[in-house]
Amino acid sequence: MGEAIAFYSLAAFILGFAVLVITARNTVHSVLFLVVNFLFVAALYVMLHAEFMAVIQVFVYAGGIVVLYLFVVMLVNLKRPPEVHADPRRRGRLGLVVSGLLLAQLVAIAAYSTTQAAAGPASRALAPSPPVSGNVEQVGWLLYTHYLVPFEVASMLLLVAMIGAIILAKREL
Amino acid sequence: MIDIVVIPLLKIVIVLVAVLAGVAYLVLLERKVIAWVQVRLGPMRVGPHGILQPIADGLKLFLKEDITPARADRWVYTAAPIISLVPALIVFAVIPFGRDVSLFGTTVPLHIADINVGLLYIVSVASIGVYGLILAGYSSNSKYPLLSSLRASAQLISYEVAVTMTLVSMILMAGTLSMVGIVESQREAGLWFVFAQPVAFAIYMIGGLAETNRAPFDLPEAEQELVGGFHTEYSGMRFAFFFLAEYANMIVISAVAVTLFLGGWLRPFPGVDALAFLDVVPVWMWFLLKIFVFLLVFLWIRATLPRYRYDQLMRLGWKVLIPLAIANVVVTGILKVVL
Amino acid sequence: MVPITPAHYLVLSASLFVIGVIGVLVRRNVIVILMSIELMLNAVNINLVAFAREWQHVVGQVFAVFVIVVAAAEAAVGLGIILAFYRNKETVNIDEMNLMKW
Repeated sequence: MGEAIAFYSLAAFILGFAVLVITARNTVHSVLFLVVNFLFVAALYVMLHAEFMAVIQVFVYAGGIVVLYLFVVMLVNLKRPPEVHADPRRRGRLGLVVSGLLLAQLVAIAAYSTTQAAAGPASRALAPSPPVSGNVEQVGWLLYTHYLVPFEVASMLLLVAMIGAIILAKREL
Repeated sequence: MIDIVVIPLLKIVIVLVAVLAGVAYLVLLERKVIAWVQVRLGPMRVGPHGILQPIADGLKLFLKEDITPARADRWVYTAAPIISLVPALIVFAVIPFGRDVSLFGTTVPLHIADINVGLLYIVSVASIGVYGLILAGYSSNSKYPLLSSLRASAQLISYEVAVTMTLVSMILMAGTLSMVGIVESQREAGLWFVFAQPVAFAIYMIGGLAETNRAPFDLPEAEQELVGGFHTEYSGMRFAFFFLAEYANMIVISAVAVTLFLGGWLRPFPGVDALAFLDVVPVWMWFLLKIFVFLLVFLWIRATLPRYRYDQLMRLGWKVLIPLAIANVVVTGILKVVL
Repeated sequence: MVPITPAHYLVLSASLFVIGVIGVLVRRNVIVILMSIELMLNAVNINLVAFAREWQHVVGQVFAVFVIVVAAAEAAVGLGIILAFYRNKETVNIDEMNLMKW
C-alpha cells in the first residue's frame, strides 16, 4: 500500500518534470527541471532497494553531468532565444506523430509480455549470484570478478572522453 | 510507533536546532578568534563579551530589506540560497554522535539514520550543494556574481575529486561505507585512522578548506576581489541563508573528518586499556570536543594564511592533490592486501 | 490496490523514453536535445534496476552503472562539440548546424 503510493507519486513527479524539461522556454530552467527529475529517479532507486545506484545517480548524474550542462548553458547564453526563427523545412508535428507511434509500440510490447507466463531469466546466461550480502558489496563483487574487462574498458572510455572533451573545448589547439 | 516516528523526529529537531545554534555562535567565535590573533578584542558590546552578538546579527538580517535585482530570474534567485543551505543540513542525518543509549525503555542509537551507503550519501549531497553557488551567480544577472560563481563552482568540483579519493582510501581502511561501521572499525582496530592515513588526512583538510570556500581558498567570496562574490546581490534573509550554509558546511566537513579520521565518538587510544579512565567523559562530548578542535583550526588558518590566487588554487587541486590522493588509494590498496 | 509489478516500471520507463524521444525530435536547441538523450538513458536505467529487483540479481544494477558511465562520457564529448561549434558559428540551434548541406 505504501509502496503503491510512493511509486505513483514518484512516477508522476518523474514524468511531470521530464515534460517540463522538454517544454521549458528558458534553457536554464530546463536544466534545473532535469536535476529534479534525476533526484526523483534516485528516490525511485531507493524504493527499489538499489541504494548504490541511487547515490551514484545523485553523485554522477545530478551532481556531475548536469553541472556540466549548466556550465555550458551559462557559457552559450545568447542574447536572442535560439528558437525564434522557425526553419521552414522542419516538421515538428511529424516528430510528435512518430513519438506517438513509438509509445503505442512500447505499450503493446509491455502488454503482450505481461500476458505471457513470467519465466525467469535464462539462468545459464546470468552471472552467478554474489556470495556477499549488502547491495554495494554485491555490485562490487560482480564488477571486480565477472565484469572486470568491461570495467577496465569503461575506465579507458572515460579517459578517452576526458581527453576528447578537453581538446574540443580548448580555445587554441 | 514511538521508535519509528517520534524518536527520529525528536533527533532531527535536536540536531537541527543544535546545528543552527552552533552556526550562529561559530560566527561569533570566528570574529573573536580572529580578533585575538590580531591582538584586539572582537565584539564586546552586545551582552557580556559579545555573547548576544549572533542574536543581534540574526535580528538585523531578518529585518533587512529583501532586494531582488531588476532582471533577475526570480524563481532561481529565490531557490539558490535554499539549494545552498539544505545539503549542508541534511548531511547530519548520517553522522553518528555516539554509542547507543537507553532512553524511554528502548535503546536509542545516537544517529538519525544508518544507511549502508552513508559516506557516498555525504559526498553526493555535497555535490548538490554546488548548484546553490552556480544558480546564485547566474540568477543575479550581474557580472561580478556570475564570474565569481563560475570560479567558485569550478574550485568546488575540482577539490571534490581529491576529497572523494581520500574518502575512497578511508573506505578501503574501514571496509564499509556506513558511517557507524567506520567508527566501529576504528574501535576494533584500536586506533584512530588518522595515524594510519596521515596523507589522506592532510589532503582531506586542504580539500575541505577549498570545499567550503574558506581561507586561504576564499577567492570567490573575498571582499577585496569580487565585491562580494556570488552573494553580492543578496541581502537580508537570503544572504543569511548563504552565510548559514557556509558555516554549516564548515561544521559538516569537521564532523565528517572527526568520524572518518579521529574515531568519531571514541576516546583517544580506544584500544589501550590503561587509559580507560577517560571513559568517564560521555561519548558525545568527545565528539563535540573534536569538532570544536577542528573548527578552531579552520578559524586559525583563516586568521593566519594569505589568500591563494585562482590559478594557484586550481594548480594545487589538479596537479598536486589529485595525483597524491590517487597514489594514496593505490598504496592503501596494496598495503591492505600485503599486510 | 494492484501491487506494483515490473509492468508498472515498464510503463513508467516507456513513457519517460518517449518523452525523451519527443524532446529530441521536436526541440531545436541542441542542449535540450542532449538533455532529452539523458532522459532516455535514465528510462533504460529505471528498467534495468526494476528488473534487477524482480529477479533478485544485482547484474541489472551493474549494467545500469555502465550505462551511467557511457552517459557521462557522451555528455562530456557532446558538450565539447557544442562549445567548439558555438565558438565558430554563434548558434545552438540545430537547424543552423548545417555546414555540410548543399
